[in-house]
Amino acid sequence: MTDTIKTRMIKVYIMGKEYDVPEGLTIMKAMEYAGYRFIRGAGCRAGFCGACGTIFRKKDEYKFKTALACQTPAEDGMYLTELPFVPANKAEYELEELASGPNIIVSLYPEIARCVSCNTCTKACPQDLQVMDYIQASLRGDIEQAAELSFDCLQCGLCAARCPADIVHYHVGQLARRLYGKFILPKSLHLKERNDEIEAGVFDQEMENLTTMDLDQLKKSYIERDIEK
Amino acid sequence: MEIIRGYPDYMRESIEKVEKTRPQRLKATFKAMTLEEREQILNEYHPDYKPEAKRDLKIGPSKGQRLPHEVADLLEAHPLIDPDDVDLSKVDHDCDILIIGGGGAGTVAALWAHYAGIPVDRMLITTKLRHGDSNSMMAQGGIQAADRPEDSPPRHYLDAIGGGHFTNKPELVRALTMDAPRIIKWHEELGVMYDKDDKGVMMELSGGGTSRKRMHSARDYTGMEIMRTVRDEARNIGVPVLEFSPAVELLKDDQGRIAGAVLFNMETDQYYVVRAKAVILATGGFGRLHIQGFATTNHYGATADGLVMAYHVGANLIDLDSVQYHPTGAAYPEQIVGLLVTEKVRGLGAQPVNKDGELFVYPLEPRDVESANFIRECYGRDNGLTTPTGMKGVWLDSPMIDDLKGEGTIRKNLAAMVRMFERFGIDMTQDPILVFPTLHYQNGGVEITDKAETSVPGLFAGGEVEGGVHGKNRLMGNSLLDYNVFGRRAGINAAEYVKKVALGKLSLDHVRKYEEALQNAGVETDRRAPMLLPDYRGSHVLSRALDIL
Repeated sequence: MTDTIKTRMIKVYIMGKEYDVPEGLTIMKAMEYAGYRFIRGAGCRAGFCGACGTIFRKKDEYKFKTALACQTPAEDGMYLTELPFVPANKAEYELEELASGPNIIVSLYPEIARCVSCNTCTKACPQDLQVMDYIQASLRGDIEQAAELSFDCLQCGLCAARCPADIVHYHVGQLARRLYGKFILPKSLHLKERNDEIEAGVFDQEMENLTTMDLDQLKKSYIERDIEK
Repeated sequence: MEIIRGYPDYMRESIEKVEKTRPQRLKATFKAMTLEEREQILNEYHPDYKPEAKRDLKIGPSKGQRLPHEVADLLEAHPLIDPDDVDLSKVDHDCDILIIGGGGAGTVAALWAHYAGIPVDRMLITTKLRHGDSNSMMAQGGIQAADRPEDSPPRHYLDAIGGGHFTNKPELVRALTMDAPRIIKWHEELGVMYDKDDKGVMMELSGGGTSRKRMHSARDYTGMEIMRTVRDEARNIGVPVLEFSPAVELLKDDQGRIAGAVLFNMETDQYYVVRAKAVILATGGFGRLHIQGFATTNHYGATADGLVMAYHVGANLIDLDSVQYHPTGAAYPEQIVGLLVTEKVRGLGAQPVNKDGELFVYPLEPRDVESANFIRECYGRDNGLTTPTGMKGVWLDSPMIDDLKGEGTIRKNLAAMVRMFERFGIDMTQDPILVFPTLHYQNGGVEITDKAETSVPGLFAGGEVEGGVHGKNRLMGNSLLDYNVFGRRAGINAAEYVKKVALGKLSLDHVRKYEEALQNAGVETDRRAPMLLPDYRGSHVLSRALDIL
């Protein structure tokens, strides 16, 4: 079956410079094939860290596009560059001191009030998140919606690089999620009870027995333990 | 070759067989293996059990230990820097605690060292890539903690030590399992968005080798959610972080205690000397060494730098012969080969099936056993499916999750997975996905105590770089837990340790001695370590490269 694959070469333009690379590689692997060894611009290589934000235009197309280099196939005629860093100020706060109220986010990030609803951030998002909607939710003080809509954000910064209102969306989303996780999501009762038990030494004897048990007895206990379905 | 909804037609024919057996499989189970059966299949099919893949280490305190060639190659290599090139009389950063590595373990260590009284301006995190770039960020499935009434830390202990084939260090498993509920509580206070019901009850799943449902998750971005939250907290309190500046060698003082490190700014090629009363090693694992040629789930910087530096100062190593291959790495399409398909997919009910749609293994064996079963199905029984690029794999029948747990479960709980496959034209809510084991985790590492101390005074370690916690095999959900538990313990105990330390003169004599030891052992090589970054440049480029700039 390997014979059926014939690798076609395509042309990509890395920062304007032409390279021939095999079709089917991701942008990141195409750049490496062309001879780039990344210091910046490569992180998890699996779509989880946002290190490889990339901007590109195709030859003869007016559209300006964004992508993650590790999750996007290189295409013939791509003019591209990575954008591995976006200057962005993060608000510093003590979470304990922020009670969850409607004005918290806008008080720490007042520039979200400058949003002109152009939706460029949403179009720039390589995760296809509804970025403008979570900024609007933040503005309304709807922390839950801002947290939910921003949850899959990788913090690559492409939204902030494109925003005409100078908003740093991904920091806003981070704040919303921490507020939601701390002040709105109900606390786990089991966790508290279990920690109280551990503090009180409820498991100490059983743990002592296990750590000092001879191997045969330990194996027996392991095999005989019941498995929850 | 015609591609239909992401798959070539011959793969579609196999998918039809999977669909045909699905209704009957929805009710079916497969018997779990006995300890004897596990041992047998591991011996026959697990990559770790191939004697020719390893050799005995020739030098140092763990001389004679059997290691994969790729790891031994780095330990039997010349140090990257010549001590005569480094001026130790000029110190660039002076601090109490230097933390090497800006992933999960390093960040947690910084926070807990701070809670234990170390001011942020007396600590420094230095990291090779950006703050947060790490395997911690990529973990998807979850984190274990025995917090439900029907569960207990001793039960978690049994699961972990049995999964590790009873080779784990008991004091470390005890620390891991007893600290777990405290860690989740701390995360809750920091605002981590764990999956809960409307009363706050955690939604917990099974993982391979667990006897209770104790996998806490944040959709399938669990690692990212924890990492970005602790990083946000570190930024709020102002922990200084030096990025793109990996440590390349540890420093000792004239009494043989750890006294800092030499860092290397990869963007300017200059070095920095850091004097520190204690060093916490949080450099992660070795996935990017591509042991036995396997693809990996690991991030770009996972090149075992910490192991190398720790060995240069004489730290003991443990269980490094053992490598974790995650059963479900993507095997198709080519662009994402080796990337992680979270164990949560099986936790939610998806079964592994062969090219004829037959269930051939209990879906939630410990990872090494599950992987060995996949390899046997492909190479021992020839029941795998070959991809257009010649790779073999078995199906993971993802669509059955929605049949079992309700329409929409996959999209809600496995958003990252759905997105990854969708980018390449595959809809895993409708079609199964092809998987094969992938290099995932360094089970062993630098040996530590339950206070996260290594065998060298002043050197602490947390996270994947350390060993002993998981023995010869780690269970799902115990790595996020590991970096939190031992990152925390490293931070607290280093904070305590530095109170009593007044450092003497800085020295790199251990590097000179390491060179001598190499020579005495007859190691002749041009290899140098630590590696810092892998090199994936095209061979047509490398063959014509000149080093003249």
